[in-house]
Amino acid sequence: MSVAHTETHDHHDHRPSGVMRWLTTTNHKDIGTMYLIFSLMMFFVGGVMALAIRAELFQPGLQLVNPELFNSLTTMHALIMIFGAIMPGFVGFANWQIPMMIGAPDMALPRMNNWSFWILPFAFTLLLGSLFTAGGGPASGWTLYAPLSIQGGAGVDMTILAIHMMGISSVLGAINIIVTIMNMRAPGMHMMKLPLFVWTWLITAFLLIAAMPVLAGAVTMLLTDRHFGTAFFDPAGGGDPVLFQHIFWFFGHPEVYILILPAFGIVSQIIPTFSRKPLFGYDSMVFATAGIAFLSFIVWAHHMFTVGMPLAGELFFMYATMLIAVPTGVKVFNWVATMWRGSISFETPMLFAIAVVFLFTIGGLSGLMLAIVPADFQYHDTYFVVAHFHYVLFSGSIMAMMAATYYWLPKWTGRMYSEKLGKTHFWLTTIFFNITFFPQHFLGLAGMPRRIPDYSVQFSEFNLISSLGAFGLGLSQLIMVYVIIQCVRGRAEKATDQVWEGAEGLEWTVASPPPYHTFSTPPTVR
Amino acid sequence: MSRVFFRLRNLLRFAVTAVAFLPFSAYSEWGLNLPPPSTSIAGRILDLHNAIMLVCLVIFIVVFGVMFYSLYAHRKSRGHKAHQFSHNSKLEVVWTVIPFLILVGMAIPSTATLLFMEDTTDSDLTVKITGYQWKWQYEYLEHDISFFSNLSTPRAQIENREPKGEHYLLEVDKPVVLPANRKIRFLLTSNDVIHAWWIPKFGVKKDAIPFYINEFWANIDEPGDYRGQCAELCGKDHGFMPIVANVMAAEDFDAWVVDQQAMKVASAGEADRTWTMDELMVHGQEVYFQCIACHGDQGQGVPPTFPPLTGGAVTTGPIEEHINVVMNGRPNTTMVAFKDQLSDADIAAVITYERNALGNSMGDLVQPSEIKALR
Repeated sequence: MSVAHTETHDHHDHRPSGVMRWLTTTNHKDIGTMYLIFSLMMFFVGGVMALAIRAELFQPGLQLVNPELFNSLTTMHALIMIFGAIMPGFVGFANWQIPMMIGAPDMALPRMNNWSFWILPFAFTLLLGSLFTAGGGPASGWTLYAPLSIQGGAGVDMTILAIHMMGISSVLGAINIIVTIMNMRAPGMHMMKLPLFVWTWLITAFLLIAAMPVLAGAVTMLLTDRHFGTAFFDPAGGGDPVLFQHIFWFFGHPEVYILILPAFGIVSQIIPTFSRKPLFGYDSMVFATAGIAFLSFIVWAHHMFTVGMPLAGELFFMYATMLIAVPTGVKVFNWVATMWRGSISFETPMLFAIAVVFLFTIGGLSGLMLAIVPADFQYHDTYFVVAHFHYVLFSGSIMAMMAATYYWLPKWTGRMYSEKLGKTHFWLTTIFFNITFFPQHFLGLAGMPRRIPDYSVQFSEFNLISSLGAFGLGLSQLIMVYVIIQCVRGRAEKATDQVWEGAEGLEWTVASPPPYHTFSTPPTVR
Repeated sequence: MSRVFFRLRNLLRFAVTAVAFLPFSAYSEWGLNLPPPSTSIAGRILDLHNAIMLVCLVIFIVVFGVMFYSLYAHRKSRGHKAHQFSHNSKLEVVWTVIPFLILVGMAIPSTATLLFMEDTTDSDLTVKITGYQWKWQYEYLEHDISFFSNLSTPRAQIENREPKGEHYLLEVDKPVVLPANRKIRFLLTSNDVIHAWWIPKFGVKKDAIPFYINEFWANIDEPGDYRGQCAELCGKDHGFMPIVANVMAAEDFDAWVVDQQAMKVASAGEADRTWTMDELMVHGQEVYFQCIACHGDQGQGVPPTFPPLTGGAVTTGPIEEHINVVMNGRPNTTMVAFKDQLSDADIAAVITYERNALGNSMGDLVQPSEIKALR
């Protein structure tokens, strides 16, 4: 043993090759890479489902999929995009970046890191497998509202178990991130010096630990209602169907911020770099993030204004929800102020970051409208809501991840992507995204409910436009895959260590690509 | 794969009609905002919506006006040098306080409108609405009138075998009839899963939840037909349970109530007489329309969730069990009890029809009087 021990020290990079390297790795860069590849794959799986939905909605009448499959597709699209694409994607960026940004050699709990990733492929095999059971996949929407979700077949049980596994994975990942940030910062890296991406992830990790067990509780109660004779959500046995909604959204609303806070962090890294200016209002950014995280726990019932809450409840949740606009506004103003009187250049990451600020704000303002209870009675469960959350989640979270990909890919691969392809990808994505989702605001206001496989003829035109946009949006994403492959295979120009002229932070002080182990000796931060 | 693509030739039809519809055909409304209001509630909501929309638009233009000016004026390619400032406490306080004040300005009219909407007192009439998978029941509590309202769009239009009508998917066999210019209080509940009742022009949307009674009200300005849909995912045919309200002048509504009550007395005798096989089959075919959503227009069903009726164990088994399933439903499945939804004649006719049509030929029949005896 002692010999082997010495050997590992001598050959610093000793590791198994081939599949075993990836199965057994405890290296934060390897695990980050696996998370990101997994996220990209799920982005396409969920995307293909979205395209099946848009193909069915291309014109009125039932054409391609029957209503049961349609409901499964909307449910699966949401579950896969939220739990498969966005959350693992952000964890991938956290794995790569947090140790390099705080000057740590790796994550604090490397073996747990390996496990939190390797749970995911099993969880999603189970989830996707539900589509092939008798009765099909879950078809009650990703919100799994009881009593509808009590009706489904074995597919619902597989989904519940898959959600449990995803939850374990997320909580393990979150614990790791908190422990790493708290304990492994380089000397001199005080909390108020942390890069904002690290700060937003720290707060997100606390949200994960608080919220995911609540979801696990909700789906476990669903499971026992389905099979073990309990009646948590069945009024005939003394239960309450609305209870499920309260528990679900007590998870669900913090979840919304789990999906967006790391995106805010990414934008806060990129805008200063390409404005060649420090981030405006660093302290207020941190406090605003914490403020949003706190408020996220006391606004859950704004998803349920139509269930018939008491007047006092509706007023409380309306006021609390409106308050979120204040810290969110502070963030947007800070980003604009960071650009103000800078020396701005428009490389692909900056283009994506600007688009995130601009388009996310559209989603933020429609969110403010949705908070107004009387108006929400008209918007609730219509395409207006669908448009709203795609402006937040696609042009917020997903486009922020695209920005991050272009921003850090040269550092990770040592290769500079083609700016021409990156910008083409940016413009096609932005244009098609708006063609897809902007008309959905009008559909919702005109009265089209969400989650319907067929619609009355008055909604034809905007649905047709939206479907055409969706196919353009889907196809444009292949450009990004090509760009990534080119960089990973070394088919692009070499990148410098600094990569971006205005970039600041520890990750830019190491080589491009960084060695397998970075900061084995901690750097000193002044 | 047959489950995935329910008819491959539909793909071809899809492609052909897609091209035909490209020039935006006759259907066009291009609605960009909430529909014109027909109640005071919808009117207030529209005003509120327009006002908030305007405030949001102004904020958006100001903030992004500043941003785009900066993107233009402070470009590196123009040779602009970066100024290294990183905070400004006064400015930060200002842009925290101003949004807060704007929000207070929005909250005041919103609260007033909400208080107005929640006041269901002093109503002239109460209508109880019950959601079912996938239809609505309307009960006029003061007048002892009750009926179900089903989608009436033919399957052939949905499956693209016939051109779609003007009110495709927004038409029902029996609309809810309401008086204009009276304050109507609605009570809302559900028999199975959660639904939501919504007519956009009325400005009200509420969930129909089993074992809960929600309430809302409307006072409709003008007679006419008003259309809406279920707005909470309720399973397979969520998209196929429309709401149509036929709003009449108050006097016409009173006459309608008298009519309905007279019809109820007249139809009570129907259960006691002996029906012929032909009568039962003709009426049974009409009633079977309500079964098509799950069991298919040819009795083919949607296995495994919705069993086929053609050659089915129940439809070709003992008639007593057939009557039992239709009347009392199947526990823990979506097959509900039709005992309270259908009349004796309806139940007798549809059972007779299912046993002697849809590819079955049992030759037996059941009389409405036998159903009446089982109640």
